[in-house]
Amino acid sequence: MTHEEILAHLRQLPDILVPEDATGCPDLTVNVPPESLKSVALACREDAALGFDTLSCLSAVDGGDRIEVVYHLTSIAHKHRLVLKATLDRTDPEIDSVSEVWSTANWYERECFDLLGVRFRGHPDLRRLLMPDDWQGYPLRKDDVPPAEYHGMSTSREDPLKTPSAPATEDAQTS
Amino acid sequence: MEEQRMKTELKSLAELRPVTQPLEGEMVVNMGPHHPSTHGVLNFLLITDGEVMHKAIPHVGYLHRGIEKIAESVPYAGFMPFTDRVDYLGAMAANQGYAMAVEKLLGCEVPRRAEYLRVVACELNRIASHLVATGTMAMDVGAFTPFLHWLREREYLNDLFEELCGARLTYNYMRIGGVGYDLPAGWGDKLLKWLDRFDVIIEEFDRLITRNEIFVKRLANVGVILGKDAVDYGLVGPNLRASGIDWDLRRDDPYSVYPKFLFDVPLGQGYRGQVGDCYDRYMVRIAEMRQSSRILRQALYGLPEGEVRAKLPKKLTVPPGEVYARVEAPRGEMGFYLVSRGGESPYRLKIRTGSFTAMSIVEKLSAGVMIADFVAIFGSLDVIAPEVDR
Repeated sequence: MTHEEILAHLRQLPDILVPEDATGCPDLTVNVPPESLKSVALACREDAALGFDTLSCLSAVDGGDRIEVVYHLTSIAHKHRLVLKATLDRTDPEIDSVSEVWSTANWYERECFDLLGVRFRGHPDLRRLLMPDDWQGYPLRKDDVPPAEYHGMSTSREDPLKTPSAPATEDAQTS
Repeated sequence: MEEQRMKTELKSLAELRPVTQPLEGEMVVNMGPHHPSTHGVLNFLLITDGEVMHKAIPHVGYLHRGIEKIAESVPYAGFMPFTDRVDYLGAMAANQGYAMAVEKLLGCEVPRRAEYLRVVACELNRIASHLVATGTMAMDVGAFTPFLHWLREREYLNDLFEELCGARLTYNYMRIGGVGYDLPAGWGDKLLKWLDRFDVIIEEFDRLITRNEIFVKRLANVGVILGKDAVDYGLVGPNLRASGIDWDLRRDDPYSVYPKFLFDVPLGQGYRGQVGDCYDRYMVRIAEMRQSSRILRQALYGLPEGEVRAKLPKKLTVPPGEVYARVEAPRGEMGFYLVSRGGESPYRLKIRTGSFTAMSIVEKLSAGVMIADFVAIFGSLDVIAPEVDR
């Protein structure tokens, strides 16, 4: 289906509040209010004509004053793609989990929680994935400052290029 | 310049959610992170009742290097070597995916010769990667000889790559707008000679282990992934095709000059067991190597003359926009979601890898499975740790 057909089909589905397409992107992008994201996702998968049976990628972007969660959907049956975007408040980003719609969202949502701090309601096991379990902070946020040390290991070191040192002498030849 | 660092209170490990508490009669066995059979630095907590597992909990993150965060401070052209390290066995595909994402936003057209060279590089890389994947799968179930034979073949490939771009593994061959270097003199003939040799040797693979009774018994009907589960869990690449789903980005979401080439997409057919078992995943990879050899011949015969790189300014500034570009890497779909807000570095780069979703299905597959079978399952999924962690 072409972009126009997909959009027209999306607008017909029940429970969808005002999807608008975002122009300027090579992929068809639809902004969805966070409250209705899960029902839109379910409709995208269940509807026979849309048939988005797989979630290719789930990521989040720290947009400075907001956090956007981006869902890249692919239909293996019909060979078309769609991008859903939900904009969340940066101070308390929460959205419904879609791990019941596509099981692959389980780990992607854990990664978003780990790196950007987005909480997914209804996720079966929301805990850190890539960072250590007791890490503080969300590394991919733009204002994240890493801690000074982690379990006694310092996270900074002296810049070796800046240390004033005597001119290096040639080491004795090692065999 | 000294930066302000915060000292934060760290939670005590005892307060963390006890996911891994074993019940009465179970034991927790740690598999990894140093382990010859986990491909890369991965840890599994196996909750077992003797040899039979109740579940295998993966712990990833040992190889997390913050590549996506690094992308936000490195210029576009300078990020290319980092993509090599996302998947070191399929570095050409990673290079191509990133280059495609940036080129889509730039609106830059890649010269024809460069597109053909990209296909040659990617397919050659696919053969090299599948040689390692099937070789290590055989080694995991105890057949040590094939691994050495496969790697001997791969040495010829490494020599070819070294002549092409100077590196044996992390190539940094592609650039934004084309490829880095043209073919050296005589390289095409060397590759054709090697392909003639390889087409014969791949039959030797069959004689060595494919029909070996023990090999079949270890892999057939083990770790069956049904087609709908594979799609639901986001599997891609040979893992998805082995479960019977006919999906290959080179044919179904075509990019570069792949529409010009004739090739088949091998599917799992339950060769010696059920569709979607470990043996199917092995057979699909062997068949894909044959198809890659076919594409390579077509690409070499049809190689056009011309430049190998589009003319772009040294300091690349990409106009604002977002794009998701994906390629069929040896491990499946490798997608680059690139967000640009003008400027010389990406604003956000997300790398979607095939091994990430393959790791996520391991916990589901592991209920009621013996540890030895778990090794076979994990080897057949062809997971590369740096792809999972980035």
